[in-house]
Parts: sequence; C-alpha cells; structure tokens
Amino acid sequence: MATETENLETLVNRRYEHGFVTDIATDSLPPGLDEGVVRAISARKQEPEWMLEWRLQAYRQWLEMAEPEWAHVHYPKIDYNSISYYAAPKSDADRPKSLDEVDPKLLETYDKLGIPLHERARLAGVAVDAVFDSVSVTTTFKAKLSEAGVIFCSFSEAVREHPELVRKYLGSVVPRRDNFFAALNSAVFSDGSFVYIPKGVRCPMELSTYFRINAANTGQFERTLIVADEGSHVSYLEGCTAPMRDENQLHAAVVELVALRDAEIKYSTVQNWYPGDEQGRGGIYNFVTKRGDCRGDNSKISWTQVETGSAITWKYPSCLLRGANSVGEFYSVAVTNNLQQADTGTKMIHIGPNTRSTIVSKGISAGRAQQAYRGLVRVMPQAHGARNHTQCDSLLIGKQCGAHTFPYMEIKNPTAKVEHEATTSKISANQLFYCRQRGISEEDAVNMIVNGFCKEVFKELPMEFAVEAQALLNVSLEGAVG
Amino acid sequence: MLEIKDLKSRIGDTDILRGLSLSVNAGEVHAIMGPNGSGKSTLAQVIAGHEDYEVTGGSVTYKGLDLLELDPEIRAREGIFLGFQYPVEIPGVNNAYLLKAALNAKRKHRGEPEIDAFEFLKTAKEKMAALGMDPKFLNRGVNEGFSGGEKKRNEILQMAMLEPELAILDETDSGLDIDALKAVAAGVNALRSPDRAIILVTHYQRLLDYIQPDFVHVLSGGRIIRSGDKSLALELEAKGYDWVREAVGT
Repeated sequence: MATETENLETLVNRRYEHGFVTDIATDSLPPGLDEGVVRAISARKQEPEWMLEWRLQAYRQWLEMAEPEWAHVHYPKIDYNSISYYAAPKSDADRPKSLDEVDPKLLETYDKLGIPLHERARLAGVAVDAVFDSVSVTTTFKAKLSEAGVIFCSFSEAVREHPELVRKYLGSVVPRRDNFFAALNSAVFSDGSFVYIPKGVRCPMELSTYFRINAANTGQFERTLIVADEGSHVSYLEGCTAPMRDENQLHAAVVELVALRDAEIKYSTVQNWYPGDEQGRGGIYNFVTKRGDCRGDNSKISWTQVETGSAITWKYPSCLLRGANSVGEFYSVAVTNNLQQADTGTKMIHIGPNTRSTIVSKGISAGRAQQAYRGLVRVMPQAHGARNHTQCDSLLIGKQCGAHTFPYMEIKNPTAKVEHEATTSKISANQLFYCRQRGISEEDAVNMIVNGFCKEVFKELPMEFAVEAQALLNVSLEGAVG
Repeated sequence: MLEIKDLKSRIGDTDILRGLSLSVNAGEVHAIMGPNGSGKSTLAQVIAGHEDYEVTGGSVTYKGLDLLELDPEIRAREGIFLGFQYPVEIPGVNNAYLLKAALNAKRKHRGEPEIDAFEFLKTAKEKMAALGMDPKFLNRGVNEGFSGGEKKRNEILQMAMLEPELAILDETDSGLDIDALKAVAAGVNALRSPDRAIILVTHYQRLLDYIQPDFVHVLSGGRIIRSGDKSLALELEAKGYDWVREAVGT
C-alpha cells in the first residue's frame, strides 16, 4: 500500500493555468483606509450624497467591529492599511460604448481565459456584464433585456440611474453591520452588478458576470444586488478567474438576493481564484457574504456553487425563508488542494409556515488542505411544518488532508422535520487500480470518481456551466495522484 | 503470448512467488490451482501490475513486450484483463460510464475512433442478456450494492465487452450458486478463440466442469509443482493438495 499512498499524495500539483497579469495602467488609490478614502471612492464614482452617507456609516460601524475568528481557517493577520481600496482601468474617463472601444489588451485577457466575450456571449445567448477589476467595462445584450424590462447593469450605473430601487433594497438582506467583512464592503465597495426583474417577467436569458481581480495589491469589494419582483424568474451565473500574484489579495464581496411573492432566483457560481502556490503563497482570501431573502409567499432561492480556488474561503450563502411555502436550496462542491483552506456551508432560516430547504454539500480535500462544512438550520417558532433535508459528503484524496463537519440545528417548532446525513469517504488505492486495470489512467480515474461524487450538484448547474465546472474540477485535481 | 520465467515477488517482507515459470500460447485455457496462500492471486496481480507486489526477480514477456516495464493501464490497453476476486465498489460512477471509458481507452490506444453510443448500448444489452443481467445494472454505480454473484457477472460483462487477448480470472467461481456459475462459464466459453488465452485461477475443480482447460497447473509455495491436463484437476479433487505435495516431495 505504501507506494500507492505516496502516489495519491503527490497527485495534487498542477500549476494555476490562468496565471498572468495584464499590462494595463491602473488608476489606483494609495494603500490605506480612512474616511477620506471612502469619500474619494464615492467621488470617483460620482455618487449622490445618500450613497456616500451610507458608506460612511458603514465605515464607522466597521471601525467598532472585530475580525471574526471562529472559522476553521488560519492566516496571518490582515493589515487593512496596506491595501489599496480602489483600482480602475485608466480608460475610465471615456468608458467604451462597445467592444470596439475596449482596450485590446483586455480582450486579449479574456481570450487567454477562454472567454472571448463577444462570441461566447452571442453563441451562448448570455448577457455578460464583465467586471474587470473594479469597473464594469462592457455590457452586452442590453437591448434585448430592456425590451423585457429587465435591468442588468453595473452597480455604479444603478446608483445613478435607478436610485429608488437601490435605496429600497441595498442592505435590506445583508445589513451594513451584519459582519466585519460585510461592513468593510459596505464602506468601500467598488462595483458589481445590479439586476431587477419586473413583475411576472421570466428573464429571457441567463445573466452572467465574469469577475476578475487584476490590479496588484487591490482588495476587490464587489457588491451584487438582485431583485426578483412578484412572479418573476431569473438565473444568474457568476464565474471567476484571476492572475497569479505574490501578495495575498483580499476579496470581501456581498451578494444580496430578494425574491418577492412567487418569484424565483437561481444563483450559480463557479469560483476559480488563484489558490496560492504549493506552499500556499499568494492565494486569494475570499471572505464573502451571500444571502437571499425569500420575502414573498411561494418564492424560491437556489444557490449552486462550485468552489475550486482561493487560498482561504469563508463563505455561507444563506436563505431567509420568510414567505409562506418559500423554498431555499444550497448545492455546493468545494475542492481544496495543497494548502487551501475552506470554511463554507449555508444557513437556512425558516421563518414562514411550510417553508422547505434542501442542502447538498460535497467537499473534496487533497494535498494538505483543510475543509470545513458549517451549516445552520434554524426553525423559528412560527414556522409550522418546516422541512429541511441536509446531506453532507466529504471525499478525501491522500492522507494529509482533513474534512470537518459542523452542523448546527436550532429547532423551535415541534412540527418541523429536519434530517441530516453525513458521509466521509476516501478514494482508495484499490479503486484506482481497478480502473487502471480496465485501461483508464489514474488521473482519469480520479476525475471519474470525483465527478461521480459531485453529480448531484452538477446537475443543478445550467448546462454550459456544468461542463465548465467539470473541466475546472479536473484541472484543480490534476496531479493530485500519480 | 505470455512467457513467465523464474518470477519472484513479495509483498512487504513476505516472499510469495519463488521462481515461477509458465508459458501460455494463444488459443489455450490454463487452470492454476493450489491451496490457500500458494500464490495464485499474487500471480494474477503481478501480471496485472498491482504496485503492492514487488517483483524481485525473473521476467514476464507478453506479446514480445517486457510486461513488467508497463503501467497497469497500458497492460490493460494491450489486451490483459483481470477479473477480480473482490471487485471494488465505486459509488457514484455509473457502470456504463466506466465500461465506455475503458473501451474507448483501449480503442484510442489502438488508434481507433470512440465507440458509437448507440452501438455501445446495443452490444452491452446483448451481452447482459446472455449473462442473465438486468440492463438496469448499466445505470447503477460500479458494483455499488451488488451481491457477490452480481459483481462476478459484472466482471464477466466487462471482459465480454473489452474482448481481451489474455484474460485472467481470479477465483471468479467463488461464492457463486450453480446458475451464476453456469452463466459465468458460458460467458468465458463464448470468449474462447484461437487468438485468445485464458488463465483461470481457482481453488476448486468445480469450475472446470464447465470450462474445459487445456492445461492444469498446481501451485504450491510460490512455484508450479506439477502440470498436466484436465485429469490432474480430477485427481486433485479426489486426493487433495497434500497428495501433490507429497508426490513432489515439498
């Protein structure tokens, strides 16, 4: 067994593919954070007074908060004064109106990432609001969307063009002082996406944003707000890649989803940020707050995520099930390799009667990675007939990695039904030998077993995203055995 | 086809094969018999390339290739099939998917195009019917929750689909009821051809009532101590393994 175990342990060593830096001069603020920086960010974005005031209040609240330490992750203390809080491509002043006006270097970057924006967008019928560093560079398919009355734009634009919607919903799901990182984001958020689906409208296409962190030493603070009005339906895709880097990059995004009566939001993420090298150097810190509010009766919010990147992930996409009969879902695949750490999971808060939630979490650990599932199911006293089913599976590759499960349940209504299943398994040397004896290479065998393990989650992803996710998983685990 | 010379192998600190020689030609069926611990399964695993078994001496030539230099998957693609004594379960991996991946790996190795999905399904269903397997097994996880007999039939199905040149069946008869044994034997007999060789590793003579071997070898202490034809197996059955050991003075 000895040789095969060693083989298993060395099978996790593939270099990050998208490791390159695009040479575009960035217009950055110097490192450091104070009220002046918050004002400067707001001024550069030509924000109205109310927005600045909102940011300043968040900043003051953040000053009084402490960084959380309960997560099962370890990292050197972050010096928030060594981070630059704003970077935008130089061409900010004259923003491109179409792809022709976009810096060719930027388009080249998209090409390297395999996302030739124009073609891919057209072929896949996807509208892409591409966030490059902090400023939205281009938005496509606007016409088709506006025909349907759908608003899909950068957050900055929404603040200017649709202030009444932004003021009504911003911070209504994730309050400014919700947690340390959410407060920081609220103070300094750079840009992000805004989506509004009007009453009864089924969004005619999948909405997709590619995030990319590119300026050295710049924390990226995205803000996403999606509002699905009564009886509407939207599917939103978020995918990320980032260039190789030496310093740790902090990413603290906030995503807020609001589903009104009979509305449905499906939010899918494929996250592939730079995880650091084999020693864990230079990876991205991903401290994200994602929360959906099923505000109306019969509403539904579904989170699907495939997480393969980042040095540290701290992320719990959650659902507040307020409306009667509302439904929350969480489907997750998280892969950690080398020295990656992930503490991720979800929260399902059952408030309304007959609310239902489903949690399917698949964790894969290889190398010396540590991974924790942390999930909370809370049933409030008024949530009669609430139901939850949680399934939490871990797959270990090699002997030096770890998987931990922290399920929390707080049930305050006797009619609730809550189920929790958990399994931990290993890819055994015998399974690999069996596959190899059938002519299948070790790497293909690992991919096959891993993909089999994740099947339940992948089937929740939109088709083209599922293919991408599967490929990404294979890349992430290449070299994990063999 | 297969030429084993003075093969020595150990697992950990324990020597198991101590100078085994065997020659197998295309078209032949060989039965390897012997008591528990004699090295039968080790021989099967070493031919397939299991890394836990260290080869400490001797040589194995297969179709003119130095077999011991090849990775297990290359050996498989070159036509070696091992029917496992204890087939592993691979939850979540679809049985049909594994089978197709195995077939295509072999085809790619030979420079052939991938198998057509429709043709694959048609062939698989025919072979399953012949083995008395429910086609539903195609869509289940590999060996996941299969009974002992179902696992063995599944091994034979894989063999039938992969059409190996050299098939080694390790105790495929153990734990089978008479119907399953007959189905498995029929599967093996269907594969017999002048281009193929089959090695049956077995503890009991029973299997050989259904699959007639050309040669029978008795393994003891990591060596072949006696070789003969089918009558040797019957004699063993009647007199027990001690009889051979005494006869050859080991």
